[in-house]
Order: sequence, then C-alpha cells, then structure tokens
Amino acid sequence: MSLATRPAPVIDNWNRTFWDACRERRLVLQRCTATGRCFFPPGPVSPFTGRPDWEWVTASGRGELWSFVVFHQKYFDGMKDELPYPVAMVKLEEGPYLLTNLDGMTAAEARIGMRLAVRFPGGPGDFLLPQFGPEA
Amino acid sequence: MPPDTSPASPAIHQPWPLRDKIAFVGIGTTRYGNFPETDSYGLGCEALNAALDDAGLKPSEIDGLIVNRIPSYERFAEIMGINPQYCLLTEAPGRFSGVSLALAAQAIASGAAETIALVYGNNGRSVRMLYGGGDSQWSPWGMTSPGAIHAMMWQRHMHEFGTTHADLGPVSVAFRHHACLNPDAVMHGRPITLEDHAAARPICEPLKLLDYCLINDGAVAWIMTSAERARDLRRPAVLLSGYARQDAFHYGSAPADDFWYPNLSATRSVYDRAGFGRDDIQGLGIYDNFSPTVMFSLEGLGFCKQGESGDFVRDGTLQLGTDGAKGGRWPTNTSGGHLSDSYMQGWGIIAECVRQLRDDCGDRQIPNAQAMQYICATNIAQSLILRRDA
Repeated sequence: MSLATRPAPVIDNWNRTFWDACRERRLVLQRCTATGRCFFPPGPVSPFTGRPDWEWVTASGRGELWSFVVFHQKYFDGMKDELPYPVAMVKLEEGPYLLTNLDGMTAAEARIGMRLAVRFPGGPGDFLLPQFGPEA
Repeated sequence: MPPDTSPASPAIHQPWPLRDKIAFVGIGTTRYGNFPETDSYGLGCEALNAALDDAGLKPSEIDGLIVNRIPSYERFAEIMGINPQYCLLTEAPGRFSGVSLALAAQAIASGAAETIALVYGNNGRSVRMLYGGGDSQWSPWGMTSPGAIHAMMWQRHMHEFGTTHADLGPVSVAFRHHACLNPDAVMHGRPITLEDHAAARPICEPLKLLDYCLINDGAVAWIMTSAERARDLRRPAVLLSGYARQDAFHYGSAPADDFWYPNLSATRSVYDRAGFGRDDIQGLGIYDNFSPTVMFSLEGLGFCKQGESGDFVRDGTLQLGTDGAKGGRWPTNTSGGHLSDSYMQGWGIIAECVRQLRDDCGDRQIPNAQAMQYICATNIAQSLILRRDA
C-alpha cells in the first residue's frame, strides 16, 4: 500500500468536517433533520427537502459491498505501485454510497453483498483515507 | 441514494407538438484518426463544409449555430463567416449531442432560427486527451474515468441478473463487423471474434479493451431546418418524429445503482411522441461509449426485459446480414459505432441514422430502412426517432 502518495482530497466548505473527522478515525455524514436520512457527498442543503436543515452524525462505519472494479490503467502517478488496484462501492448502513478501497483483503476475496467495516490505515499528507475491510 | 420521487410521467396523452416538424437536410463527417496538423476548428470547418455541400447551402444561409467540443463559438463563427441570430456552445459530455439536437429543434419550431448548423469537433487523440485522472470527489481512492463507472455498473448487473462479461462480446463483435463494412471506419479491415473480446487486456475489470470506445480526432456536422423548408432542398428530408428525455441526478456522484433503468424507461414515451412503435423501426443507433451502455439502453427502452440483454444480443440480433445471409432484427450502429468507427460522442451515430434513411450507406445499408431510433443511456436519458419523409 502507498496511501501516502494518493491524490489529496479536494477540500471545500461542505466536506471539510468530513475530512477533519477522518483524522480522528470517525466516519461522519450529514443527516437531514426533516427526514432523518443521510446523504453524501457533503453539500449545503438536504437533497430530500432542498433546505439547509441537517446535522453531522457519526456513521456506524459498516456497510455492504455493492460492487467493485479493478483498475489496470494508470491514471494517477502516486498509485502506479498499487496497480492493479480495486475500488469498492460500499452501501453504508445509513444509506449513502462511498467509493473506497479494500484493506486487509484482496479483490479476489471480494463478494458482492459481503459485510465491510471502515478503517483508517493512512493517507496523503495529514489526511486519513477511509478504507473498508472485513467486518470484525 | 435515490430520493422518493420518481421520474416525471411523460405526458403521452398530448400529441408531441414537434412531431415531423423538423428535418435533417445536411450531414458532414470528416475522416477519423490522428491529425496533429489541424485542430477542432479545422476539423469542424471540414465537416460543416461537407454538410453545406450535402444540403446545397452556403454559410450565409445558416442563421443558427450550435458548437460542441470546439472551444469557442465566437471564433468558430468568425472563421466560417457566420453571423447567426441564434448561437450557443453546449457541454462536453456525449449526452449533449441529443440535447443539442433537441435545442435546435426547439429553436427552429419557435422561430428563433430557420436553419441551424450543429458542429462537433474533437482533437482528443492528437492532444492525448485523458478521460480520467485529475482531482475529483473520488480521486483519493483512485476512482476515475467514465469507463470505471460503467465497469462498476456492469459488475453489479452481473451479480443481480447473472449476466457475464462474455455477454458483452456480441455487442463488440457486431459493431466491429459493421466497421468492416464501412470503409471510413477506424477499425475497417480489422475483424474480431468473441475470443478476441474475452482475451483483450483488462482496463478496468470487469471491462476490457474491446469494451471501450476509440478516441480519435474528427468532426461531424448536421444541418437542421423546418420540414417545410427541407422539402425545397436537394437531399431527401429526414424527419425528427419523436424525442424524449428524462434526467436523474440523484446518484450522489456515484455510479448509478439502477442502471438508469427508471429514467430510460420514461423515454419510452418517444413512441407516442413519434406516433408509431417499435415494429415500424428497422435499425438502432445506441450510444456505446462502453459496451454495457448498449445493454442498459436495450433493457431501459424495453427491447428485452431487465437483466435479459445478454440473451437478447447473443445470436446476432444487433448485426447486419452480409453476402445474402439474413441479419439480426435490430442492426445497431451500422457505421461501427463508438467502439469501432470512432468516438464522436453520439454525433456520428445520429449522422449514421440519417444516412440510413437516405440510402447512403452502401454495403452497410439496412434494407428498406424507413425509421431509425437513437438511444443514449446516461443520467440524461434520451431517445429519438427519425423517419423518411413520406
């Protein structure tokens, strides 16, 4: 793994809290206060109401593998040593999808529908990237 | 993360006001390949001149201009000496070929312009355009490129419906077969087999090289006007009978978790808008940036049940007959499409549909083609039907 050379996240006014929480090894999501539903990526309003009525909540960090791919093509210089690398689409228990990577397992072990849990093994600069592996 | 709202129900009880009112009167395409000696302006001019010659029109008779993948509409109009009363530049993604077509139809119908030139020019190959990389929501995880989005969706489709990577093979093989019938196609003279499709090098698994479109330099131009005016011009008019569109932007920036099935299904209203159904259509143009989009399109528009596209395409359904052999019921992307002609982002596929309806297609002509349907599966799902003028 070379998470240290990954592309750095693009920080904006909406996702800053998400990345700050990752540094504390917490996965947070915005939750619409009217509907109780979570959404991601972070934004200024709830997509369920269009209104700025939401709160940050700490997610369970658990979800299921919805789909995955394995990259053979190099798009990022900082990831060339990881090729071929998997990208997993994880459906979080709270509803939203995250695109992430597998940690502690290989793509050959990936089974759609399997339970996964978040971990924070490293990242570029002072960021920690959420990764997912088998549920403990 | 789909919201609870479903796509708007199309108003099928009302006749579509634009039915058969707008026509294609000129088509121009350039050669496709690697042309560092020119650029998207030069290629666009070449295509537009071919379309003007086809229609028998002069630049001064163009009073509307829509450009796509050409950096500046002002510069392009300056170069061609066109001072229109309607002009715009549309967004880069290929879904905007159909969007541009609809905008032109609306502009003509409303009187904003009488004769509109639509010009697409792309020099992505010679400038080594990368469809992937760069900063995005998902770049820290290495997720990038349109191909990966389709790979993610096809992996899920295989899980949900029991389809396979091999199910995509007949799509790639059919379109390559068509390219071999089209002397202008980039992959002319290079036939492939199902075994070649299976053995191609992986790009983003489950997709492999022969599931990906071809990045080339080239340009396409269409000239559209009213059906009434079209009847006074030199080529047989090809009419826009129906157009339907449904957007779905709720995927949370992730690959669509429903294969765009709901919004594609909503565009089945295209038949009501055109006033005739599938039985009266002889061939298809399907936006094939990657082979799975063909499957999503066929399922979404109801050519087969959801999940059954693998069975549907298996026995040459999409392939033209040759040498007296009977072809499939739905010859699709007869120029070779994005997979084997060139990736002209829908512009070339729609041009091919028009050509089929003017008997311009030579060895790849669909016998007795009276109507053609175009489908584009993305978060802006679209379908349109073109037919010969009666």
